[in-house]
Amino acid sequence: MAQLFSRSSNAFARTSIVLVLILVGTAITILLNTNRLKYTSDVEVAKQQPVPFSHKHHVTGIGLDCRYCHTSVEESSFANIPPVETCMTCHSQIWTESPLLEPIRESYRTDKPIEWVRIHDLPDFVYFDHSIHLSKGVGCQTCHGQVDQMPLMWKANTLNMEWCIECHRAPEKFVRPKEEVFNMTWQAVDDQGHNIQAVLGARLVKEYKINPSTDCSTCHR
Amino acid sequence: MSSMTRTAHKDGLELAVIQERLSGKDGQDYWRSLNELADTEEFQEYVHREFPEGASELSDGLGRRKFIQLMGASLAFAGLTACTRQPKELIVPYVRAPELMVPGKPLYFASAISQGGFARGVLVESHMGRPTKIEGNPSHPSNPREGAKFGPTDIFTQATILDLYDPDRTQVPIWNAKPSTWTRFRGSLATEMAKLDLDQGAGLRLLTETVTSPTLAAQIQDLLKKYPKAMWHQYEPNGRDNVRAGAQMAFGEVVETQYDFGKAKRVLSLDSDFTAVGSASVRYAGQFAEGRRIEDGQKNEMNRLYVVESVPSNTGAVADHRLPLKGSQIDGVARAIAQALGINAGGGNTYGHDVWVNALVKDLKAHQGESLVIVGDHQSPSVHALAHAINHTLGNVGKTVKHTAAVEASPVDHQASLNGLVSDMSAGTVSLLVMVGGNPVYNTPSDIDFKNALKKVPTTIHLGQALNETSQLCNWHLPESHALEAWSDARAFDGTVSIVQPLIEPLYSAQSAHEVLAMMLGDGRQGYAIVKEYWQAQRGGATFDNDWQTWLHDGLIPNTALAAKSVRLKGNYGSPVSSLDGLEVAFRLDPTIGDGRYANNGWLQELPKPNTRLTWDNAALLSPATAEKLGVKDDDVIDVAVNGHSVALPVWRMPGLPADTVTVHLGYGRTVAGRVGNGVGVNAYALQTSNALWQAQEASVSKTGQTYKLACTQDHWYMEGRGLVRTGTLEDYTHHPHMIHEMGHVPGEDANFFNGIHTSEEGHAWGMTIDLNACNGCNACTVACQSENNIPVVGKEQVLNGREMHWIRIDRYFKGSLENPELYNQPVPCMQCENAPCEVVCPVGATTHSAEGLNDMAYNRCVGTRYCSNNCPYKVRRFNFLHYSDDHTESLKLGRNPNVTVRGRGVMEKCTYCTQRISAARITAKVGGQELKDGDITTACQGVCPTNAITFGDINDPNSNVSKLKKQNRNYGLITELNTRPRTTYLARLTNPNSEIAQHG
Amino acid sequence: MASPAPIQEDPTAPAPVLGPGQTYTTITQKISSIITSRTTVGWIVAVALALGLMQCFLLGVTWLLIKGVGIWGLNIPVGWGWAIINFVWWIGIGHAGTLISAILLLMRQDWRNSINRFAEAMTIFAVICAMQFPLFHTGRPWVAAYWLLPYPNSMGVWPQFRSPLIWDVFAVSTYFTVSLLFWYLGLIPDFATLRDKAKKKISRMIYGVLAVGWRGSAKHWHNYEMASLLLAGISTPLVLSVHSIVSFDFSVGLVPGWHATIFPPYFVAGAVFAGFAMVLTLGLPIRAIYGLHDFITDRHLNNMSKVMLATGLVVAYGYGMEQFFAWYSASPYEGYMMQNRMHGPYQFEYWSLILCNVIVPQFLWIKSVRLNPYALFVVSMFINVGMWLERFMIVVTSLHRDYMPSSWDMYHSTLGDWLLYAGTIGIFLLGMFLFIRVMPVINMVEIRLLVPRKGHGKKPDHDASTEVSAE
Repeated sequence: MAQLFSRSSNAFARTSIVLVLILVGTAITILLNTNRLKYTSDVEVAKQQPVPFSHKHHVTGIGLDCRYCHTSVEESSFANIPPVETCMTCHSQIWTESPLLEPIRESYRTDKPIEWVRIHDLPDFVYFDHSIHLSKGVGCQTCHGQVDQMPLMWKANTLNMEWCIECHRAPEKFVRPKEEVFNMTWQAVDDQGHNIQAVLGARLVKEYKINPSTDCSTCHR
Repeated sequence: MSSMTRTAHKDGLELAVIQERLSGKDGQDYWRSLNELADTEEFQEYVHREFPEGASELSDGLGRRKFIQLMGASLAFAGLTACTRQPKELIVPYVRAPELMVPGKPLYFASAISQGGFARGVLVESHMGRPTKIEGNPSHPSNPREGAKFGPTDIFTQATILDLYDPDRTQVPIWNAKPSTWTRFRGSLATEMAKLDLDQGAGLRLLTETVTSPTLAAQIQDLLKKYPKAMWHQYEPNGRDNVRAGAQMAFGEVVETQYDFGKAKRVLSLDSDFTAVGSASVRYAGQFAEGRRIEDGQKNEMNRLYVVESVPSNTGAVADHRLPLKGSQIDGVARAIAQALGINAGGGNTYGHDVWVNALVKDLKAHQGESLVIVGDHQSPSVHALAHAINHTLGNVGKTVKHTAAVEASPVDHQASLNGLVSDMSAGTVSLLVMVGGNPVYNTPSDIDFKNALKKVPTTIHLGQALNETSQLCNWHLPESHALEAWSDARAFDGTVSIVQPLIEPLYSAQSAHEVLAMMLGDGRQGYAIVKEYWQAQRGGATFDNDWQTWLHDGLIPNTALAAKSVRLKGNYGSPVSSLDGLEVAFRLDPTIGDGRYANNGWLQELPKPNTRLTWDNAALLSPATAEKLGVKDDDVIDVAVNGHSVALPVWRMPGLPADTVTVHLGYGRTVAGRVGNGVGVNAYALQTSNALWQAQEASVSKTGQTYKLACTQDHWYMEGRGLVRTGTLEDYTHHPHMIHEMGHVPGEDANFFNGIHTSEEGHAWGMTIDLNACNGCNACTVACQSENNIPVVGKEQVLNGREMHWIRIDRYFKGSLENPELYNQPVPCMQCENAPCEVVCPVGATTHSAEGLNDMAYNRCVGTRYCSNNCPYKVRRFNFLHYSDDHTESLKLGRNPNVTVRGRGVMEKCTYCTQRISAARITAKVGGQELKDGDITTACQGVCPTNAITFGDINDPNSNVSKLKKQNRNYGLITELNTRPRTTYLARLTNPNSEIAQHG
Repeated sequence: MASPAPIQEDPTAPAPVLGPGQTYTTITQKISSIITSRTTVGWIVAVALALGLMQCFLLGVTWLLIKGVGIWGLNIPVGWGWAIINFVWWIGIGHAGTLISAILLLMRQDWRNSINRFAEAMTIFAVICAMQFPLFHTGRPWVAAYWLLPYPNSMGVWPQFRSPLIWDVFAVSTYFTVSLLFWYLGLIPDFATLRDKAKKKISRMIYGVLAVGWRGSAKHWHNYEMASLLLAGISTPLVLSVHSIVSFDFSVGLVPGWHATIFPPYFVAGAVFAGFAMVLTLGLPIRAIYGLHDFITDRHLNNMSKVMLATGLVVAYGYGMEQFFAWYSASPYEGYMMQNRMHGPYQFEYWSLILCNVIVPQFLWIKSVRLNPYALFVVSMFINVGMWLERFMIVVTSLHRDYMPSSWDMYHSTLGDWLLYAGTIGIFLLGMFLFIRVMPVINMVEIRLLVPRKGHGKKPDHDASTEVSAE
């Protein structure tokens, strides 16, 4: 009887096996890394805000300290987003006519709060506390990046759990002297420019009694 | 962080905006209250609903909203796991930040919550302007606690926070079933008052509940001055009338009697549940428990409690000798005791318990001046009078007993006062009736027809937080502001005055009683002015403003307690009660929903009632013997008839009830309570008559052939000989200190497959002890836990399925005869085992062991295999079989604790020693550069416990209280033979029986 | 062994595994006719019924996904119910297939040849049904599936390998894969036959692809033999391991009635017991309907009954041991558990279990029962029920009264429970019916090996295969 399949179908069969293997491989690799991608985690994505507030201008330009606006960052879990009042301390004097600032003035007039778009948004079942991190020598810049260089705010890190854990498991790689936590430009280098994080970190961990727990209840309740 | 912004997002904005949101988004709720008036289908539906918020949908197949809501929930969960991006979230900061407030840190305000008119001092926790949790004020006399951050409270005080956010609260004034406004009300009130001016207010009647608020009393006096012919009536259905009448009978004047259980070595309770009921129950429970505390080496003496009672109570459960007698027999016993003490009472009858009574009398005589006799409020005036006489004869007055002037502004007999009002109303002499709170259409005895009398009154005004049976029939129903929303003041049991200060603007357009009275007086002042100016007038002076601040800060006005008052016995003890054979009905206010005012409170509805462990219903309680005699069993519906009235109630057998007694609890069968309370249980007021309010003889019972399922959280009565609750007598214990340990087996340290699994000696190791000698099963811990940890209410149907969610439950066991068993109560939270069986079996590691020995539960990690619960010997884990937590009722969201995740469907949850409080304290200490001290952390259950039975702390610190207690010989763990090494352990219960009363009881 | 000599005259020889007068042609004709013949009404009705049952599954699952596991009778303390019971039940049923195809192959039991095919098919479908339950028993499969196989993982944490549930995931999936391979391998030559016999082009294409170019050359036969031997070697330990691991779900827990070392052997025996019961439950009707008496002979019935009897006795021993432990451990909890099973609220279930699994199988001592298809069918039905009850007994009665009397409660099944159970039965039957219709229920090639002929070559030689392709 006639051949049902041509010879070439053998080759086809064989290659298809290889192809399947390759496909599965790539699929797994992609899956493994989806949540690490900048795209999925919004890293370095500036978001439209009701007022185009520039940290770059206010920090580098004017030289405001973080705590001028983020008042409760050292004593509370929540760093605090400043009330419109705070903006108006200056902007009732300067740029009083600027159309960009109209939302601020309007909010101040009408008592209707401004709705900022959240950039650093942890899931609701994660309980992060700013105060303890600052008091143990974790700099703002360590998590939030070069905020002083951001015209519009964006996320510098994924804020994934593995990213948090990385530091909780080996804090010495990230801690800095307490007095430097608000310093946006601090680097762990000695005067010769050698990186001294390893030495410094180890010392600070001892000095500050840093033992970050990786127990679930540290962040999840 | 995110949680804080959620708060900020929710109401970080001005409170005005909250109201806006509520009245906006909750338009539904607003319309509901109207629908209920107009008798629409929806209303019928509400009436037939037996389920609270979340669970309410469980009954109806698959409501579209529920469908969407659940899908929403599911998607949300999918969102957590799959690589979907988070939804856009907004941050809404203040426009003008309030002072003092640090975003993300709670604030505490001292205030007072009143029940039955009497104040309890509280500290209210507030997150970003939202009251979320109520704690006791440790420096307040009604709930004191030396050197503690929080004082204890009772279940009602805990649960008022839920009432504040009750979505069924009235939101605008209602005029003849139509929404109206306060302006319109003021208008019509003005015309009414104008009419009254003509005849000095002859037609004006004011009906209030018990009033202790000096400001309100003053306002009422002003009103009566302005309208001399007007009359003020008071009505509140509790036994206080008998207390007043008893004092009147004994001393010829109404006095308040206070007790000092701290000094009492011998206590006799005649049908009194002093550890759980009454304006000072929390204080008394604490003092009494102190008198029973045993510490090896330090303190090996304890008081002795004799209880003669007609209904097994929390107090009866901790008695050394408990004598169950019919309510009508207690008079005879009281007289017998009195006579034996040489009081000329007459009519004594021990009903065959001579041994018991004689031993008791001997014991009392031997402890003159350090004993006390206390009588249940609902007992007849003569029994109260006898008790006064006994206390005087024993020389207890001035030592353990103290009389003061009455605390109420006007200590009238409520029943008489109401009767007077009703006859006036029926006679048509009342033209304007103003009711400040209360619900007389519902909560009056069946022979008082308030409903029809009400129809004869041209204008009726009712001020109340929610629509009820009475306000529904009034021309005006005015929304009353909640105690946490308004300025006021109130007196505690001893007269101490507390200023009630608001923590939040009224959520709805509501006013306080003060403000409504002010309107009647044509005075436009607001609550703050009214209260403050009253006190300025009273205690004005140069320093007033400072004083005022101090009073607000401390939560009480110093030296306002009433002074002791000397009284003389009149020697009048009424006539003896003859106890007839046959059935007798004992009426009681429901232990969890009171006289019915808490019927719409899901926490209290689902709270298992003491001893019976019933939820969501009232029943006809019968002793097993009586039930057998009547040929009925649990869940059979019987007709209970007495004095020509009858109601059908399901039977529940209660060991320890005296024979031939049917106990019936009032407060159920509300028809206009709200979505939770409507149509739950049976209205027993229909069986009550004003001539036999609390016990009615010559009752009869007949089977109906129907059955009705009662939802009980613990069906099994006995311990099956397992050493769960370990007990012994003080005597045996002192001679044989290790007896408690010998009741069980603890494997040695080496008895472990994996060595070194135990948590290290370094750092903290959290542990807890629960003193069974102190616990009386009052349930306060359960409610406090529910409030602190956002624990959902699941509804009757789910409780019937055995799915209640309480993280700390009270286990109840009986031991001995069914006629008079020993009653054991045992609070059971998570044991935080060091070798936790739940941890090894979780496939995803959602429950793991923390370095400090906590058995952590990561809700977001849990997939819901329920393996951990199967493997938990203590069955303390709770599972969200359905989507229990309500995420569509806006007002309820405001009351949640922002530091605890609200669990969704398919997630296991459990006690973690309030890990959020531990973290908060740890962080505060670390940031402040200190070490955590013993007492820095108070778990919710520990803080609320009236008897201080729960102690929590670091067992690595040898000086912590908990370590010391764990060294006691009374200390033991549950089912330790499994080598679970529980961190929660118990201190065995000791009794101090009178050797002359042979067999225990 | 199948000897060509006139069997009747040799009383010592075992009954034949193949009816007399069967030749290669008749065999092929007979078996492939089941597939090639026109669809009968009976078959359509059967499939329709199975489909109907299967709808219960869809209904039950939809309801479950919307509302959660609350639709089942579960509560605290009874956290596991029918989902787990059914899971264990189905997995158990699967075992017979593997045992027959693997162990009996290694033991060179030629009588297996005529039953292994649908026994294996049964395994596949049973395991498919079983796998539904772990998947849905959390009520949130989307989460469960993800956490148990956590990709993508950006959390830096992994599943907890101390938990038997994780072992299950691997055990069951391995088991399924291997069974599937084994089954398919056996089908290849038969697909070739069907390809060659097929009339329509399309079916020829399909069978052609499935036959992956089988021509029956010596090389093919060699590989075939080799592969089946290897797979047999791999799956033999699986027969033991899978159900041992399933039994760990219980024996690792400390619940009285679960925490027993006897569980693994006791479960495996129970599985084979249940499996053979199900093989008979399916085999007997098929045999009757399609007149396969010559292929599934009395010898088969006899042997299978004996296996059931043997494993049944092991199970009975297991029950005995539970009693013994309860007494010997002197643990009040174990003791109470046993008392509660025998005299508690679930005593009816317990005693029915004893009836089904201990008493009824004893009839298999009687040869006439072993050889009477009707009697056998009844017995096997009893065993199917009994094995379900056994799992109910283990899961529910152990949990509902464990350590704290305060938490004791009852378990009552709900509509939700029934829907899922009935549904999986639907899936199972549907699978079997379709299988019967499109694939040879009996391994033609291996049956041919049983045809008595000179030179008892176990290995098929060329003319055997050429004859195949010649047809």
